Amino acid sequence: MTELPASTERKLGLVIDLDTCVGCHACVVSCKGWNTENYGAPLSDQDAYGSNPSGTFLNRVHSYEIKPDQGVAKLVHFPKSCLHCEDAPCVTVCPTGASYKRSEDGIVLVNEDACIGCGLCAWACPYGARELDATEGVMKKCTLCVDRIYNENLPEEDRQPACVRTCPAGARHFGDLGDPNSEVSQLVEKRGGFDLMPEQGTRPVNKYLPPRPKDVEPEIDILAPYLEPVADDTKGWLGWLDKTLSALPGGDR
Amino acid sequence: MTAPTPKLDLSPKVSDEVRKTTCYMCACRCGINVHMKDGKVAYIEGNRDHPVNRGVLCAKGSAGIMQVNAPSRLRAPLKRVGPRGSGEFEEISWDEALQIATDWLKPIRDTAPEKLAFFTGRDQSQSFTSFWAQGFGTPNYAAHGGFCSVNMAAAGIYTMGGAFWEFGQPDWDLTKLFVLFGVAEDHDSNPIKMGIGKVKGRGDKVIGVNPIRTGYNAVADDWYGITPGTDGLLILALVHCLLKAGRIDLTYLARFTNASCLVNEDPNSPQNGLLLRDEEGIPQVIDRRTGKLAAWDGAGVEPDLSATHTVGDITHRPVFHHIAERYLADDYAPEAVAERTGISAQRIRALAAEIARTAFDEEIVLDREWTDFRGVTHKTMVGRPVSFHAMRGISAHSNGFQTCRSLHLLQILLGAVETPGGMRFKPPYPKPATAHPKPHCKVTPGQPLDGPHLGFVHGPEDLCIDENGTPKRIDKAFSWENPMSSHGLMHMVISNAHAGDPYKIDTLFMYMANMSWNSSMNTSGTMKMLTDTDENGDYVIPRIIYSDAYSSEMVAYADLVLPDTTYLERHDCISLLDRPICEADAVADAIRWPVIEPDRDVRGFQSVLCDLGARLGLPGFVNEDGSQKYQDYADYITNHIRRPGIGPLAGWRTGEDGLSDGRGTANPDQLQAYIDNGGFWMAHVPDEAAFYKPFNRAYQDWAVQMGFYDSPQPYIFQLYVEPMRRFQLAAEGEGRVQPPDHLRGRIIATMDPLPVWYPPFEDGHVDPEEYDVHALTQRPMAMYHSWGTQNAWLRQIHGRNPLYVPTKIWKEKGFRPGDWARVTSAHGEITVPVMEMQALNDNTVWTWNAIGKRKGAWALQNDAPEATKGFLLNHLIHELLPPKGDGLRWANSDPITGQAAWFDLRVKIERAAAPAEAQPAYPPIQSPVGQGPANLAWKVGEKS
Repeated sequence: MTELPASTERKLGLVIDLDTCVGCHACVVSCKGWNTENYGAPLSDQDAYGSNPSGTFLNRVHSYEIKPDQGVAKLVHFPKSCLHCEDAPCVTVCPTGASYKRSEDGIVLVNEDACIGCGLCAWACPYGARELDATEGVMKKCTLCVDRIYNENLPEEDRQPACVRTCPAGARHFGDLGDPNSEVSQLVEKRGGFDLMPEQGTRPVNKYLPPRPKDVEPEIDILAPYLEPVADDTKGWLGWLDKTLSALPGGDR
Repeated sequence: MTAPTPKLDLSPKVSDEVRKTTCYMCACRCGINVHMKDGKVAYIEGNRDHPVNRGVLCAKGSAGIMQVNAPSRLRAPLKRVGPRGSGEFEEISWDEALQIATDWLKPIRDTAPEKLAFFTGRDQSQSFTSFWAQGFGTPNYAAHGGFCSVNMAAAGIYTMGGAFWEFGQPDWDLTKLFVLFGVAEDHDSNPIKMGIGKVKGRGDKVIGVNPIRTGYNAVADDWYGITPGTDGLLILALVHCLLKAGRIDLTYLARFTNASCLVNEDPNSPQNGLLLRDEEGIPQVIDRRTGKLAAWDGAGVEPDLSATHTVGDITHRPVFHHIAERYLADDYAPEAVAERTGISAQRIRALAAEIARTAFDEEIVLDREWTDFRGVTHKTMVGRPVSFHAMRGISAHSNGFQTCRSLHLLQILLGAVETPGGMRFKPPYPKPATAHPKPHCKVTPGQPLDGPHLGFVHGPEDLCIDENGTPKRIDKAFSWENPMSSHGLMHMVISNAHAGDPYKIDTLFMYMANMSWNSSMNTSGTMKMLTDTDENGDYVIPRIIYSDAYSSEMVAYADLVLPDTTYLERHDCISLLDRPICEADAVADAIRWPVIEPDRDVRGFQSVLCDLGARLGLPGFVNEDGSQKYQDYADYITNHIRRPGIGPLAGWRTGEDGLSDGRGTANPDQLQAYIDNGGFWMAHVPDEAAFYKPFNRAYQDWAVQMGFYDSPQPYIFQLYVEPMRRFQLAAEGEGRVQPPDHLRGRIIATMDPLPVWYPPFEDGHVDPEEYDVHALTQRPMAMYHSWGTQNAWLRQIHGRNPLYVPTKIWKEKGFRPGDWARVTSAHGEITVPVMEMQALNDNTVWTWNAIGKRKGAWALQNDAPEATKGFLLNHLIHELLPPKGDGLRWANSDPITGQAAWFDLRVKIERAAAPAEAQPAYPPIQSPVGQGPANLAWKVGEKS
C-alpha cells in the first residue's frame, strides 16, 4: 500500500464549467495528442481501423440527458478525467508505489517504471478515470500536463494543461484550488462549484461548475409591456408611424 | 509503503521547430502550430495570434496528425482497370496521368467546351479553380455551395451585402442576446464556441432554435425545439409582434434601408411593384426636408418612411407600408403559427419580448463620430445588442432562401446589423449584389468563357438560358427553375448529365466531393447513374476524372484519379478573392505551405491544374511562347495578377514605396513573409470605420485603399429585393424573356420581393399524414463530412450513428433499447439502429451526418461499424421530387437558388427485426490502398 502526503503545498486542478461545455471533444483529442508524444508511454490504439477501435484516452466527454418531471429535457456534456483527489484511493491501493500524489502540487501520477499493470488503482477509482494501456501494459491517467505547466521550453502563457489551452468555449480552467484567492477558487466560490460524488470521501481537487438554470418560464407580467400594440389595426399603425416620425429630430419640418 | 518519488523532467523539449500554417480538418480555417520533431509532425495546437481561433483548436484540428498518418491516403495516380465502381485500379506515373487528361480534354475544348463539367466540392481555392474553368471555356463550373448553404449566402448578399460565417459574425464583445437558428456546428466551428463562451461568461443570454438539443443548443439558456422547415414562420411571427408594438428602429430603417423607396402600385403598369427611379435609374425617396423626390443617396437627404407619391395617376407607396401591411396581418400572429411551428404562442411572445427588451432597453451608445455616405456626421454609434447566427439548418429547405431573408428582415428592423452589439460584417464584406459580377455562360470553342461563371442576376435578362429558355448550364443554374442560383447546383450535375438534360457531357471532372456517397442525394441512384451504360455498352457519362487525397467512395467511380496531398503538404491561399478568414475588426488572408513534404507520389491539385492548364494552352496558364506560366500553385499565388495591383494574397505586396497592404505588384518573397508571420496577414479596420460599414465613408474609403473595390460602393439594405419582383413580373407576362408556363405560378408564389413563408415542397408532394415524421442530419463537432472516419482518433468518438427517436414516437412504436427501425420515405427505405432521445422535437428523428461508410473505402476494415451499422439518410432523399403526373422533373431544391432541400425530408418509421447489417448494404469496393494497421502506438522522434 502506498501512502498519501499529509498535505500538499498547492492543490493544482481543473475547474470545468458544465454551463458552457458544448461537448466538442477538443479537450479529449488535444490531450490524446500531447500525451501520446510526451509523459511516459504513448497512448495506443487497438483495432484502429477495424470493428472495435479502442484506444487509451486520459480525458473523455460523456453526454447525459436529463428530463425533469416538468418542462423541457436537457443535455449535459460532462468531461471527465482524473480529479487529483486529496484522499486518492488509487494511490493507497497501489502495491508498488507506482501511483503517487506529489507533495508539492498535489498532482496524482503514475511512475510507469514501477507500474506492474495490475489494474487495482483503476478498480479503486470511483470515477473510472484511469485506463490501462493495452500495448504498454501500464496504467495511464491525467498528469495535469505536468510536463507543460512547469515547462521552461514553453512560453509562459502556454504553461497550462493542453485541454485548457485548446478549449474553444473557455469551459476549462486551471489553477491552485488550495489558494482561496486564486482565480479558480474565486470561480468556484462565485458559481457554486461542486465536488463530484462527495459521498465517496475522495475529496477531489477538480471542481465542476453547475449548469445555470435553463428554460425558465418568463414572467409574462414583466415582458408583456414590451409587446403592447401601438394600434389596433394597420390603418392605426400607419397613423402611429406618422406621429412617431414627426416626433423624431427634424420631423416637424 | 512509500516509493521514492521519481525524478521528473518538468521541462522536456517540446519540439525541434514550430511551423505555422492553416488547418483544413474542416472549413473553419484556423491557424495551427505544427510542432516538428526529426522532420515529422509531432503535435498540433492552435495559433494564439491567429484571428480565427486565437489559440484554441477543436477535436478535428488536434487530430490532424492522424490525417497525415492515415492509411487511406492515395499513393500515386490511378487508372481504372476494372468496371467503374469496382475500385480496381493500377497506379500510373504523373506523366501518363496528365497525358490521359490532356488527350481527353483538349478535343473537348477545341470543339465543345461545355462537354466538360468541372465541379470542385469543398474547394478552398475557388477563385483559382474558376479561373481555370473560365480559361477552358466551359460554362459548367461551380463548387459545393449549391448543396450546402447558398440560400444563406445569396439571401444575405441580396438583402444586405453579406450573410453569416465568412461574411459576418455577431458582435461577440458587445452582444447581450445571441439567438442561434439551426445547425451551425462547423460554420463557424471555433469562433462560435468562443463566442458562446464569451456571451455566457458575461452572464448574457444564448437562445437556441433547433429541433434537436445537442451541442450549442445544449448550453442555450432557452431552447425552442421547432418543427423543421418552419423557422421562417416563427421569425415572421416575431416580426409581427415587434412591428405591432413599434419595437423597431425607425431612424435606422429610414436612413439605411430601402424601406423609404417608393413602389409602383398600378397593377396595369409594366413597372408594377418596381421602385420609382429618376431618369438615370436612381431609386427615389421623399426627402423629409423638402417633401419632394430625391435620390436615395443624395447629399443630406432625409428619406421619409411614410410619405407616398403620385406620378401621373400612379400612386407610389414606400416599401415600409408594404412591410407593415404584410406582417401586421393576423396570418403572422403567434396564435396563427403556433401549431405549425410547434412553439406555443406564449413562448413566441416571450421570445419577441426578450428581443424587444434587449434591443431597446439595453441600447449601446459608443461615443464615436462617423460620417455617412450622404455626408451627414453622427456623434455616436447606436447599437441594438441582439445578434443572430444561422447556416444550413434554416437554409437547406425549399423555403430556405425566403427564411434566410426573413431572418435578415428581423435583424434590420431592429437596427441590429452593422451596429454595436448586433451583427458585424467581415471585410471585404459587406458588398451588395450589384457589386458582384453577373453570371456568364457564352461558349466559344477553343476560347475562354466570356466572364466569371457565378454571380448575381438582377432580372430575367441575366439568366443563363438560350432563346428557347433552355438552360445553358448542365446544372441548370440561373435558369427559370432556380433563377438566383449564385453557387450553382452541384447536386444536380450527375443526374442531369445522366439524363442528358439539358444536354449530354463528355467528361465529369471533380475535386473533393464524395458524390457516390454522402455528398449526393439519392446515393444508390447516383452510383447507378455513374455506372450506367448505353446501348453500345459505353458509359452514359463517358469519362470521369477525380482528385482526392484519400481513398473515398468517389475514387472507385473515377476512370482517372489525380491524388492530392494532405493539407500539411501543400500550398494554398485563403484569398480575399474567395472566402477569406477575416474578422469584423480586421481584413485577413492566409496560406498553407508544405510543413512536410509528401512521402509518396502525390501532388497538390492546384499545382496539377497549373500543369494541365499549360498542356491545354489555357489563357492565363501559358506564357506568350506557349510555355507553362506557373510552375506550381505557389508560383500562381505569388505572381498571378487578377486586376491591376490585386493578386491572390493582399499582404506584403510590392508598393511604390516598399511593401504594401492590399494593392501592389507581385512580391517574390511574399510567401516567406506569410510564413514568417505565422501563415496569415491581417490589417485592422480603423475605429471610425468599424460599424455601419455599408454607409460609412471612412470604411468605404479604407475598402478602396485595401483593394476590395476600386471606388466607394455605399448602398442601403434591400428589405425589398427588386430583382425578385422582376422575375415575378415576367411570370405575370411582362417583358421579353418569359418563363415556361408551368413555372409561372411557382415563380409568382415564391419570388416575393418581401420575405414570405410557404411550406416545404415535400409537404405538397408526399402525404404528410403517411410520412408524418421529419428526418434530419447534424454534423458532429468532432467530424467533418466523410473525412473524420479515416482518422483513428476521431472515429473512436463518432464511430456509430444511431437514428435518434423522440420519446413520443419511441413509446408509440414500442421501441426498446437495441432495436432497429425501418425508415421509409417517398423515395426509399433504410433499416437502421435506433436510440431514444428526449431533448428532441416530438416529430423529428435525426442522425449524425456522413458517419456511415461503404465497405472498402477509407482504408477501413470491412467489418468497421461505420460500414456495418453506420448509415446515410441520403438514400431516402431524391434529387427530384416525386413525380406528380405532369411528366416534368421537379428538383428537390429551393425554387429561387436551387439549394438542395436536404432537410425537407419526411419519413415514416416502424420497428424492424434486426438485420445483419444496416440496410441498404453494398458489396465492398476494392481498396486502392489496402487497409490500415491493427494497432497504433508511436512517439515521433523516438525510434518506433
